[in-house]
Amino acid sequence: MEVNTDYDVIVIGAGPAGLAAAIEAYNENKSNVLLIERNDSLGGILPQCIHNGFGAIKFGNDLPGPEYAVRYEEQLRDLPVEIMLDTMVVDLTPDLDIYTMNSTQGYRHFRPRAVVLAMGCRERTRSQIRLPGTRAAGIYTAGTAQRLVNIEGYMPGNEIVILGSGDVGMIMARRFTIEGARVLSVLELLPYLTGLRRNFVQCLQDYDIPLHLSTTVNKIYGERRVEGIETVKVDEHLNHISGTEKFIKCDTLVLSVGLIPENELSRKAGVQLDPHTNGPIVDSDMATNVPGIYAAGNVAGIYDLVDYVSMAGEVAGRSAAVWASKQKVAAKAQAEEERPSITIKPGANVGSVIPQKVYFDDLDGRDIYLNMRPNALLERAVKVELSLDSEEIMSFREKYARPAEMIIRKLKPRDIDKLKAAGGHELIAGIS
Amino acid sequence: MNKVKKFDVVIIGAGVIGSMVARELSRYKLSVAVLEKEVDVGMGQSSSNSAIIHSGHDPEPGTMKARMNVRGNELWYKIVPELDIPLEKTGALIVAVGPEEQAGLYPLLEQGQKNGVSGLEILSREDVLSLEPHLTGDVTGALSTPTAGIVDAFQGVLGPAENAAMNGVEFILNAEVQGVVVEDGTLKAVETSQGPVEATWFINAAGIHSDEILHMVGDHPDFHISARRGEYFVFDSSAFRVSNVIFPMPSEKGKGILVTTTTHGNTMIGPNSNVIEDKEDHSVTESGMSEILDGARRLVPMISPRHVISTFAGLRATGNYKPPGHGKDFLLEVSKSVKGLITLAGVESPGYVSAPAIAEYVAEMLRGEGVVLEEKPDWNPKRSRIPRFKDMSHDERKEIIRENPAYGRIVCRCEEVTEGEVLQAIHSPIPATTYDAIKRRTWLGTGRCQGSFDYPRTMEILARELGMSMTEITKKGPGSVFLYRRTKEGVV
Amino acid sequence: MKISKEGDYRRRTDICLRCPQGCEVETLLGPNDEILNITGNKCKLGVAYVEQEIKDPRRVLPTSIRVKNGVRPLVPAWTPEPMPKGLLLELAEESREMEVEAPVHVGDVIVDNWRGLGVRLVASGHVPRGR
Repeated sequence: MEVNTDYDVIVIGAGPAGLAAAIEAYNENKSNVLLIERNDSLGGILPQCIHNGFGAIKFGNDLPGPEYAVRYEEQLRDLPVEIMLDTMVVDLTPDLDIYTMNSTQGYRHFRPRAVVLAMGCRERTRSQIRLPGTRAAGIYTAGTAQRLVNIEGYMPGNEIVILGSGDVGMIMARRFTIEGARVLSVLELLPYLTGLRRNFVQCLQDYDIPLHLSTTVNKIYGERRVEGIETVKVDEHLNHISGTEKFIKCDTLVLSVGLIPENELSRKAGVQLDPHTNGPIVDSDMATNVPGIYAAGNVAGIYDLVDYVSMAGEVAGRSAAVWASKQKVAAKAQAEEERPSITIKPGANVGSVIPQKVYFDDLDGRDIYLNMRPNALLERAVKVELSLDSEEIMSFREKYARPAEMIIRKLKPRDIDKLKAAGGHELIAGIS
Repeated sequence: MNKVKKFDVVIIGAGVIGSMVARELSRYKLSVAVLEKEVDVGMGQSSSNSAIIHSGHDPEPGTMKARMNVRGNELWYKIVPELDIPLEKTGALIVAVGPEEQAGLYPLLEQGQKNGVSGLEILSREDVLSLEPHLTGDVTGALSTPTAGIVDAFQGVLGPAENAAMNGVEFILNAEVQGVVVEDGTLKAVETSQGPVEATWFINAAGIHSDEILHMVGDHPDFHISARRGEYFVFDSSAFRVSNVIFPMPSEKGKGILVTTTTHGNTMIGPNSNVIEDKEDHSVTESGMSEILDGARRLVPMISPRHVISTFAGLRATGNYKPPGHGKDFLLEVSKSVKGLITLAGVESPGYVSAPAIAEYVAEMLRGEGVVLEEKPDWNPKRSRIPRFKDMSHDERKEIIRENPAYGRIVCRCEEVTEGEVLQAIHSPIPATTYDAIKRRTWLGTGRCQGSFDYPRTMEILARELGMSMTEITKKGPGSVFLYRRTKEGVV
Repeated sequence: MKISKEGDYRRRTDICLRCPQGCEVETLLGPNDEILNITGNKCKLGVAYVEQEIKDPRRVLPTSIRVKNGVRPLVPAWTPEPMPKGLLLELAEESREMEVEAPVHVGDVIVDNWRGLGVRLVASGHVPRGR
């Protein structure tokens, strides 16, 4: 099979991360860029996110998802970036061999000089949360239901219960209601809301949809199609409280129980994954441990705001293009060990950190963003600290810590100076 | 007026037993039909079990179970190359933990030898642990049964069913037997949801409902089938693997909770054993899940619920037939109270492995009743399954897409199932007309995302190929539609 | 929104919807429901939000509209200027009956002045003509 070695950068996934990466990769040094997307249109998940909440930072505007995507698509249209739609990448090797397939061009083999992984994420499934009961029709993950309602144009049911108070679940609660279905309740295992509070108001409260915290689904009834579910309350250790079981008659159960980075290709390429994010470990250039492979967006870890996804995509695209040009002139990249850097691991009240490694050279006035996902709910002023052996290296204050909201810190020059002084070490990020 | 369908032989039930019998009878110059109440073959016990070709050491000597098990084991290895059924001769280990269990290995060995099982031997603790390093350190020894194997349970049904269909057997799906016509002590016809069907011989292979068929004709009024549920966990293939099928020592409840790898490369644990009321209730229970985790951990301590990708439950057809001087056994007989009926009832474990032997026995019973079985000169024993894109080399993939662009479109990302395979499943000798039927044939939706990506694509293909609307597509037949209405229409 | 009494005064708590932070904004209302004090907002958008919310609560309605002769059956649409909260479901119901002809582009106005209230329903995606 012949190999196509024309491309400097191949971007896998044309969602917000991939679109931004493809544009920046071209802009960096007029690289030869190919953007590959498995759907028949651009935008990734955005075309089905028809609610607003996108673009506050990037465009100073509170846009619906599809409109945010269109802004990038329009930028892309003016550039000589090649696009393959309806195309699946089935394999990626550590040597950057990419195998793609579609009905019109067949099975193809590429070997670009750099790759950007931007495949986004998938949803946690019913089996992964070990939900007992039948395997009837009428059980959907929220994202699949969203695609069916908004893109294919079909309603999965009439009387719906949603498990999970994450944003996707709350958004769908409102969406189903707007389209004439009845959402009987939203159930949440934890004792607190896992999505944004504003979505609680504008998706649940405004539409009189009840939310039940510390409650989960115990069993699904109905052999062919869902006929009902049994709910049960849980205690502070998330154990079922016997005697609190209740039956709710419904025909649909929608699961909004977590998002996981889409890492089939990352694994195939030998990319090292972070068990905290379930996505690739990346540095401040969005580089993974495999030379030439970069990762940005939800594929690296779940973000809350698409604006930061686009920004990460830009960094990845630019870094990939720079790497590709270095390969082209066969210039040796500076040995990794020589570059001044720090690694960051999650500590107290922090679930995960992206990037896991920060380099301080080649900044050229670029900003470095530190993204931290809290795993505790602290509704008070908190201190976020990066420390080395219990000694504080750098800290800043935040107004609260909520698992539903990533803490994003644009590193200031004095932050960078402090971190540089701890160069070559592993820091722990903690919230107190 | 509908023409009443008439055949030489009608088989009730298209599980592994019914399908193997159909294939066996398709060799002969007979008109044969299979009546199946579901929308596809193998939707009952046959596809929700441990998928093991047992060696035959376990059944009580002198029973039909023992005889059919051992003969069936032999026949499976002969049949699979003809029918392209995935089957691996992994061997099995019945593991003893502690001196009492260790002592129990010897009578088990003897029993197996009495049943005619070959290759049995007792292994030392060291040998066992070197074969299976994941086993508990408390193991004291094991009985090795090298003739045991693992099979793709659904292909084990689809293989003979498709081969039978290719050789002229008519499969009538969505046909539930609802009544019988007995005249002059002979079973002349059955009433089904698809109309009446007449035959000279009826074969009752109705699995969990085989007692109901008997009672309809007034045979064996005291014979009852209870549904005995067995639950299973399937693990991600990256979690851990075992090479042999690993059993605990057997108890009165049965062979116990085992640990096995599947032909698909996943690891599976289960089943437990609990009698339930409702013959249609395939739900998995929380207590069941704890039970099998605890049971499996006794053998392989590292098993963790973290890596579970799927759970399912099967219902065993546990009959209460006991031949004189023995424990519970299969009820395989030419009916003594009504003419024209052969009964294959109470076929639970080792039913699956016994299937080809039972089919052979049915032919024997028919001959014994004077039925002439003349071989067809053009009988074709071979059948091939849908080639998996996932298993093809880069060059093979390139070629198949070039020949047929439908193979260029991925429908299931995790299992790399293409539209070409989905189309083959829909347009096969036993057509797949539901999502689950496609899933059983292609493994789509069985990976990490469990259908999240492939649902919309698969539904669209089904709707297009079958000329149905999206709101008519079902998961597993009538009553299991996916979509209620279009987004803007028909608000209740 | 929560309300508690404090003698002649009332204190209401709203979650501001203007940005993802969702600040809990507390408003002290006097005996004639006049706004005496607003606290808890971390930026001045919170003040405007609460004032509007007390006077005339408004929300954005995101939905989709049927497309005729398009490559897809639906186009996403929304009310870029928030509309009266009490009328959300009515516009939702009416929008189910609407249809637009492809091609549809971002910014195309589907309904210009709904019920004379100045409410606009605008396309937020594009659907080319086809199929």
